[in-house]
Amino acid sequence: MNAIQIIKNGIVKENPTFVLMLGMCPTLATTTSAMNGMSMGLATMVVLICTNFVISCLKSITPDKVRIPVFIVVIAAFVTILQLVIKAFLPDIDAALGLFIPLIVVNCVILGRAEAFAAKNSPIASLFDGIGIGLGFTLGLTLLGICRELLGSGSVFGFVLLPETYNILLFVLPPGAFIMLGFLIAIVNKIRG
Amino acid sequence: MKKLESSLLNMTLVLTGVAVVMGGILAFVNHLTEGPIAQQKEKTLADGIKTVMVCNDLAVANTDEVKQTVDGKEHTFIIYQVKDAQGKDLGAAVQSTTMGFGGDLKVLVGFNPEGAILGYTLLEHAETPGLGAKADQWFQKGQKGDIIGKSPAEPLTVSKDGGQVDAITASTITSRAFLKAVNNAYNAYKATPAADAQTGASEQVKKE
Repeated sequence: MNAIQIIKNGIVKENPTFVLMLGMCPTLATTTSAMNGMSMGLATMVVLICTNFVISCLKSITPDKVRIPVFIVVIAAFVTILQLVIKAFLPDIDAALGLFIPLIVVNCVILGRAEAFAAKNSPIASLFDGIGIGLGFTLGLTLLGICRELLGSGSVFGFVLLPETYNILLFVLPPGAFIMLGFLIAIVNKIRG
Repeated sequence: MKKLESSLLNMTLVLTGVAVVMGGILAFVNHLTEGPIAQQKEKTLADGIKTVMVCNDLAVANTDEVKQTVDGKEHTFIIYQVKDAQGKDLGAAVQSTTMGFGGDLKVLVGFNPEGAILGYTLLEHAETPGLGAKADQWFQKGQKGDIIGKSPAEPLTVSKDGGQVDAITASTITSRAFLKAVNNAYNAYKATPAADAQTGASEQVKKE
């Protein structure tokens, strides 16, 4: 597979949100607004690219029986680095997502890709897989965030589009996340055929 | 390339090696970001004091740390006595912490010398994004839960508990925690003598 194919695979064929259905916890929890969803997607993408690359580099020296602990150590280190960097230089994102950043460690998209792709492919291919899956995840979270924010708060990325009387609070609350995600998965699967 | 055999020695070496290298990288990044994070916190606090006192031209005359026991738990309040450029007493910004829905809720509230609320800001919180996190706007002037100008001499409570303040939709716990932080801040402020009596203020701390 070349780079373009790998990236396209991550966005369309193996989209983590709509097809693989991995990382559902942050998907449901952080998508109360389009901006939050997108920030979470991008943060996950950064971690995913770094961990995929490093884990792929380490694959030949990692004994099979301890591969999961090794992966988790690498993932936890990168998530903590990301958290420190966000705290230091992006205080606005820290205020919005602070609580959810450390949870990226246990995001199954990241461990899933480490197991399924990075441990079997070259570092460069793993890098592109990180970009592709990361973009797919960001796209899924942003789309879900846009739909929930539009129906729940009447705005998209903070721009008010609908008057407050048409807001359906349910869609900002957790049940709304499940309902909206169900509809989006149905629509996406219909389009993909 | 062939994988390393899963012998005890190999496993121990690799896992220790990876942990040490990653620990080293973490220590390095922590060292790099320590300064900016501390600066960021200071800037947030300085901006916060200006925001809650609704005044850009001010100086912190005196900083007091007050410990008070509320509901059997000891709370620490930091009181920043504030004066304007002419030396006139503007009141104080009080930092108060309560337990919110997701963790500590740290609020900075500005009071004028009469004890009415001038403004507030959230310094630290772990409330749900999109719900409880809305507390940073909800209680501001002109918003639904407007508390600006009110005096918590009579403790502020949400309407569900018989008070006059509208709670954030679907976030009653956050709203209660927030109002509690404001009420506690008021009590701590009232228990502290004005900025002029600096000696009195420090005695107060010793006594507590």
